[in-house]
Amino acid sequence: MTASPLLQLSGVHKRFGGIKALDRVDLTVHAGTVHALLGENGAGKSTLIKMIAGVHEPDAGEIFVDGVPVRIPDTATAESFGIATIHQELNLVPSMTVAENITLGRTPRRLGLVNRGEMRRIAQDALDRIGLRVDLDRTVASLGIAHQQLVEIAKALSVDARLLVLDEPTAALTSTETEHLFEILRSLKDRGVGMVFISHHLDEIAAVGDSVTVLRDGSFVDEVPADAPESQLVRLMVGRGIEKLYPRRAPATGRPRLEVRELSSQGRFDEVSFSVRAGEVVGLAGLIGAGRTEVLRAISGVDKYDTGQVLVDGAPVRGQDVSAAVSAGIGHVPEDRKEQGLVLDLSVEDNLGLATLSRTSRGPLADLRGQRRRAREVTDQLQIKTDDVRRPVGSLSGGNQQKVVFGRWLLAGSGVLLLDEPTRGVDVGSKVEIYELINSLTSNGGAVLLASSELPEVLGISDRVLVMAGGRVAGELPSAEATQDAVMSLAVKEVEPTHVQ
Amino acid sequence: MSSDTTTSPPRAETRSTRQRISALLAENGALVGLLVICLAMFIATPEFLTARNLLNVGNQAAVVAILAFGVTLVIVAAGIDLSVGSVAALSAIGSGWIAATGLPGVLGLVGGPVLGMLAGLVSGLAVAYGRLPSFIATLAMLSVARGLTLVISGGRPVLMPPEINWLGAEIGPVPVPILVMLVMFAITAFVLNRTVFGRSLYAIGGNHEAARLSGLPVKRITARAYALSGLFAGIAGLVLAARLESAQPQAADTYELDAIAAVVIGGASLAGGRGKATGTLVGALVLAVIRNGLNLLNVSAFWQQVVIGLVIALAVGADVLRRRVS
Repeated sequence: MTASPLLQLSGVHKRFGGIKALDRVDLTVHAGTVHALLGENGAGKSTLIKMIAGVHEPDAGEIFVDGVPVRIPDTATAESFGIATIHQELNLVPSMTVAENITLGRTPRRLGLVNRGEMRRIAQDALDRIGLRVDLDRTVASLGIAHQQLVEIAKALSVDARLLVLDEPTAALTSTETEHLFEILRSLKDRGVGMVFISHHLDEIAAVGDSVTVLRDGSFVDEVPADAPESQLVRLMVGRGIEKLYPRRAPATGRPRLEVRELSSQGRFDEVSFSVRAGEVVGLAGLIGAGRTEVLRAISGVDKYDTGQVLVDGAPVRGQDVSAAVSAGIGHVPEDRKEQGLVLDLSVEDNLGLATLSRTSRGPLADLRGQRRRAREVTDQLQIKTDDVRRPVGSLSGGNQQKVVFGRWLLAGSGVLLLDEPTRGVDVGSKVEIYELINSLTSNGGAVLLASSELPEVLGISDRVLVMAGGRVAGELPSAEATQDAVMSLAVKEVEPTHVQ
Repeated sequence: MSSDTTTSPPRAETRSTRQRISALLAENGALVGLLVICLAMFIATPEFLTARNLLNVGNQAAVVAILAFGVTLVIVAAGIDLSVGSVAALSAIGSGWIAATGLPGVLGLVGGPVLGMLAGLVSGLAVAYGRLPSFIATLAMLSVARGLTLVISGGRPVLMPPEINWLGAEIGPVPVPILVMLVMFAITAFVLNRTVFGRSLYAIGGNHEAARLSGLPVKRITARAYALSGLFAGIAGLVLAARLESAQPQAADTYELDAIAAVVIGGASLAGGRGKATGTLVGALVLAVIRNGLNLLNVSAFWQQVVIGLVIALAVGADVLRRRVS
């Protein structure tokens, strides 16, 4: 490491209005290493990588590429330095094909027309590099989110990036897909590519990282080797120790609250039956595409199902009718907070009150005063960090946004909660708070059905685990027997032939 | 730490009037624009700021404003209503036709707007349940309503009964259209701010999927927004016809574009989730003030169109800039 570092940020500083986003932060990335950035949401990670990507320029401080001081005023400049960024929100055009997306912005031309052969060659080459096998002529929209992500990485690599910035690349991936991605990252490392890697998963940092920079509240905290103990990383990140990542306290279970009987939906899931009792957390595990989300959406009335029955507290719930499900006591925290959970431009109070808007009304009039009072109560109760419930919910951090989605169902008095990826994109501190919230829901007689692609979470917080494979419940494991291996062996059961996405 | 800030009384309730006015101006760029334009017009021609002329401006703004209030409901829900001009004409002809058959004129007063509401409802059902894009559904209604207007009227103007004509008269010095406009403004503001329906429109426009997953009856609410837009168009049509004491089959042609312009100048987003009755009122006034001022300055009607176009682009551009800065 005697050569000058690939990228060095020295004492960079950034303000947005009155808010200090970054305060004298240093970061050094060498070629052929993976440098992890760790910090809770709002710690400044995104601002930092946006500086590297040319989205924001620092107010003060210096950036060096190969030891030479530079400015990165825009993304084109970043690209010219060989810096490619994979943002959390993917930059793909859903309606265009894989090949078109990979070559977007530098579509090969012949006589002013698109050179399709060349385009396909470049795209295939890019896919081969990361060992991804998808049809070049498929539209990106028809791919699952995991594959979309890999296409985005292939696209970045096809421009010969020397420095790859990955903002939570594993957030939407299953453990198998994550491992696949890591193999790709390791091979890139061997080829001398430097990487900046953001993840909330501490185990991933140890698995793929070389060193870690920890940020907190916009300030540099420390730089440590990636194999530092997790407890140390958490302490650096949160500023205090966290005793237990999965603080599950299972109360005695009562009568079944949610019963699902032979639920089937053509092409999505088949004969799914189970029940969740009062006080119980049942985890739904399985690979992406196994049907977890689809089952949750059918139970919550969002999507229709063909046959079968859903009962809450013994009473059947009408299918494909969200408001019937809500009245029956079902609350649904969808997998994508920004796309499905929240109206980002609306205030915290409006978002909290969405499910109770018509139920609390007097005739056609919304009970605005009551909604505000209840919103304030629930923000206090859930410790949602906002100084004013009239602020747009989009201005909150990821963890606090997710708590708003939970709060909505708390206000609606939902006793049966369907949680789909409840901690995706949420920092460790908020994660633990959400788990504690699940504890308090179940200790009050609530029933929770939790689907997550994060296996440690499913295992850590569930009292019972249902494993789905190919749209069916492949098996059920009590929490004592639910290990990663046991779950995975059920999850891959009989799905290979049907799954060639 | 955060609890004492959240439980303390909201700042707006303790703010002074001056702070509230400056906040209002900061939030509402269109209002600033309106004041600037008024000032400029006054400097250019003192005649602008006479009571008579201002009432005239209000009178001219009224029809577009009433149309625009209805369109605001649709735009907040992330839709668009291109049919309001045609629906206004259809309603007016319908009212005149009812009166001409010898039925009481009051029936015409009610029948026209109801006809407008039905036309809006058809568009709304096509959008909400038929899943047609709102642009297409209301473009179709634009043509259908105009066609029906011509069919019913045979292409000839229809006389309006006195039970409707008072809508175009004056009470003292104040033209009735201004009063109708203010009443419709109050109704729109009330509906958007205070009712479950109104709050739901913002949620649906802001994020359709989140609204649906929260259990809001998205389709029913969407259909209702278009029906209301049709009802508003019907009322606007009557006001327009009353001023002329007859319904013209070609009346309110392209008024939908002025209505949409007013909504957009008022700060609403065509992407949905944002828009206010006050903004729309200001937007309609901006258009009327410019037309009126340019008339006073003897600027040709041809050039007026150019100016109006620039103002729309400028207003929305400034709004985008302001949002990006803040």
